[in-house]
Amino acid sequence: MKIHEYQAKEILARHGVPVQKGKIAFTPEEVEKIARELNVDKLVLKAQVHAGGRGKAGGIKLVNSAEEAKTVSEKMFGMKLVTHQTGAEGKIVRRLLITEAADIERELYVGIVLDRAKSQLVYMVSTEGGVEIEKVAAETPEKILKEHIDPAVGMQAFQARKIAFALGLKGALLRPAVKTFMALYDAFVANDCSLAEINPLVVTKDNQILALDVKINIDDNALYRHPEIQEMRDLDEEEPHEVEASKYHLNYIKLDGDVGCMVNGAGLAMATMDIIKIAGAEPANFLDVGGGASVETVENGFRIILSDKNVKAVLVNIFGGIVRCDRVANGIIEATKNVGVDVPVVVRLAGTNADIAADILEKSGLDLLVANDLSEAAQKVVQALETK
Amino acid sequence: MSVLIDEKTKVVVQGITGGEGSFHTQQMIGYGTNVVAGVTPGKGGQLFDETIPVFDTVEQAVAQTGATASAIFVPPAFAADAIMEAADAGIKVIACISEGIPTLDMMNVYEYLKKRDTHLIGPNCPGVISPGKSKMGIMPGFIHKQGHIGVISRSGTLTYEAVHQLTVRGIGQSTCIGIGGDPIIGTTFVDALKLFQADDETKAVVMIGEIGGSAEEEAAAYIQANMTKPVVSFISGQTAPPGRRMGHAGAIIAGGKGTAAEKMAALSTAGVIVCKSPAEIGEKMAAALSN
Repeated sequence: MKIHEYQAKEILARHGVPVQKGKIAFTPEEVEKIARELNVDKLVLKAQVHAGGRGKAGGIKLVNSAEEAKTVSEKMFGMKLVTHQTGAEGKIVRRLLITEAADIERELYVGIVLDRAKSQLVYMVSTEGGVEIEKVAAETPEKILKEHIDPAVGMQAFQARKIAFALGLKGALLRPAVKTFMALYDAFVANDCSLAEINPLVVTKDNQILALDVKINIDDNALYRHPEIQEMRDLDEEEPHEVEASKYHLNYIKLDGDVGCMVNGAGLAMATMDIIKIAGAEPANFLDVGGGASVETVENGFRIILSDKNVKAVLVNIFGGIVRCDRVANGIIEATKNVGVDVPVVVRLAGTNADIAADILEKSGLDLLVANDLSEAAQKVVQALETK
Repeated sequence: MSVLIDEKTKVVVQGITGGEGSFHTQQMIGYGTNVVAGVTPGKGGQLFDETIPVFDTVEQAVAQTGATASAIFVPPAFAADAIMEAADAGIKVIACISEGIPTLDMMNVYEYLKKRDTHLIGPNCPGVISPGKSKMGIMPGFIHKQGHIGVISRSGTLTYEAVHQLTVRGIGQSTCIGIGGDPIIGTTFVDALKLFQADDETKAVVMIGEIGGSAEEEAAAYIQANMTKPVVSFISGQTAPPGRRMGHAGAIIAGGKGTAAEKMAALSTAGVIVCKSPAEIGEKMAAALSN
C-alpha cells in the first residue's frame, strides 16, 4: 500500500527521523492558517499525490508569506499533476503539505528495500540525492553503497557509521546521521514497510540533517497488524475500477486494451494477457478471480470488466482443477444472464468435465464462444473483436 | 526416483482441522498420499476422518508417527510460526500453501531455515506432487501422469496448464514443484534445478517464471554452467505494466527491473528453449524430447 509523503513523515518522525515542521491542508483557508502558525519567512507548498516527479510538474511551490501561500494554494488545489509516474491522465491535487523551507547545502539518498536474491533487507545510499535512484543505479552504479542487514540481529550501529562516513557525514553530523539511519531501519521493521526512502536527505547550511522528502510503501500482507496505517489509505489516489474490485475481494488491474479477461490464478491471468497480445489484440485488464470461480465471483468479475467502456470482447479462461468445469459453466451462464453481458464472450474451460461444460455453454443460447485450448481462445476473441 | 516426496513419504498436515486443511487432506489421501498425522494446537487426541491422529505439536506427531514431510494449511498470520515449528521438529520437506504471509515474517523464517536441514516449498504455492506416488498440496491430481519431466513454477493454475499440455501429449512428470509467488520463498528455481539435474528419472525440465525479482536470471546462470538436461521455459507477464503487483506479492517490475523480456533473454542465452506463448509449452517439450 502506498501512503502520502506527510503520512510517511509522521511515521518516520515518531521513530526519530528529523523532518521539518509542517501540516496538511485540504483548503486554501487551512493553508493560510497553518502558514501563520509556522511563522517563518519561507514556506513550501507540496502537492500530496502518490507519484514522484512533483517538482518538475509544478506540484511544489516556494512562497514568502501566509497571504501568498493562500493565493498560490488556490491554484494548486484541483490542478492536474502530470509526472513521469502518473501517466497521461495525471493526478488531481486535493491535499497540500505546508512546511518551512530549508537552505540546502548537500542532497543525499538513503533507502531500505528487500534484496530478494539474498532474502535480506539492504540499505542503499548514494551521494547523488534528489534524483531518481534507478537512474543513478543504471548510469553510475559505483555511486551506490549497499549494506545488508542480518535479520538475526537487525541493524547495528557500526553499519550506520559506515553509511555515514561513505556519505561524508562526519564531525558534528556523525551522531545525528547515525541516529537517523537507525531510526529509518526501526521504522521500516516496526511498520512492515516494503520500501522506505529519504530522497533527498539534506545537510542544511546551518549543518543540520533533514529528511526533505520521504516515501514509504507498506507490505499489503502485513496490513492486518497495522490498523492505524490502513486508515491512511486514500481512495482518491486509486483507479476507481480497482477500488470497486477490491470491495469484491477481486484482484483487478486496469490496462489500456479492449479485450477484457477473467482468469483463475495470477500466473495464468498474466499468461492469458500475454497470449491476447500475441494473437494481435491488447488486454483491457488483469483479473484473477481466485481458485474456485464461483457464480458470485464470476458475476462480480463481469461487472468490473464491463464497467470499463473500452472493453469490446471478453475472454474467460478457467482451469477447473478441483472445481468441476460443468459447475463453472453453469456459473458463467447464470452470471452472464444476471449481469446482462452485451459483448461477445469466449470461454475456455479446462479440467474435470471440460467436455460436458463445453456442451452446456454451446446450448445456452447466449453469445458464448467455446474454445478448447489457449491459442484457440485467443484467436477466437480476436476474431470476435474484428467482426464486431 | 522422483524428488522430495514419493509413495513412502509420511506426511503430517498442519491445520488439518481447518476448512482448507480438511478438504485437501481428503483429496491427498484420495490420491494415495501417505498422510499419517495432523496437527492443530489444542485439538490433540482427536481423530481426523476417524483414522488420522491429531496432535497438539509437530514434535509429538513426528515422535509418534515418524512423519518426515509437512503440508501447511494454516492462516497467514500463523504460517511463519508453523514453518519454524515443523523445521524444529526435524521435518525434511515442508510445503507451505498459505498465501499472504508478511514479508518480514518470511525473512526471519528464511534465516531460521539456513541452519537446518529442511526443504521449504512455498509459501503461497500449490505444493509438490510426484505423480502416481504422492501429492502434498492443492493441485488437481488427475491432470498429472507419472513420467520423466520435472516441472518448476512460481504459479498455481499456470502450472496446471503446463502439466495438462504435457499429459495430453502423453508426456509424464517425475515431480512438479510449485515454488510460490512471494518475494521470499524457501526453494528457488536453482534449488529445484539442482534436484532435477541429480535425479536419474528426470530427463528434462519445464520452468515457469514470471515478472519480478531475479530468480530466473540466477536459474539461467546455473543452467548454463551445470545443467545437461533440456529446459523449456515460459515467463508470464510480458504485457504487465511496470510498478504494479500482478496478483502474486512477488510479481512486480520494480525500478525497471524484473521484466519478462530480460528474463527471456537471459534464459535464451543460457541455452534454454524459451516459449513466447504459454500455449507452446507442451509442443516445445515434445520437440525437445524427440531431438
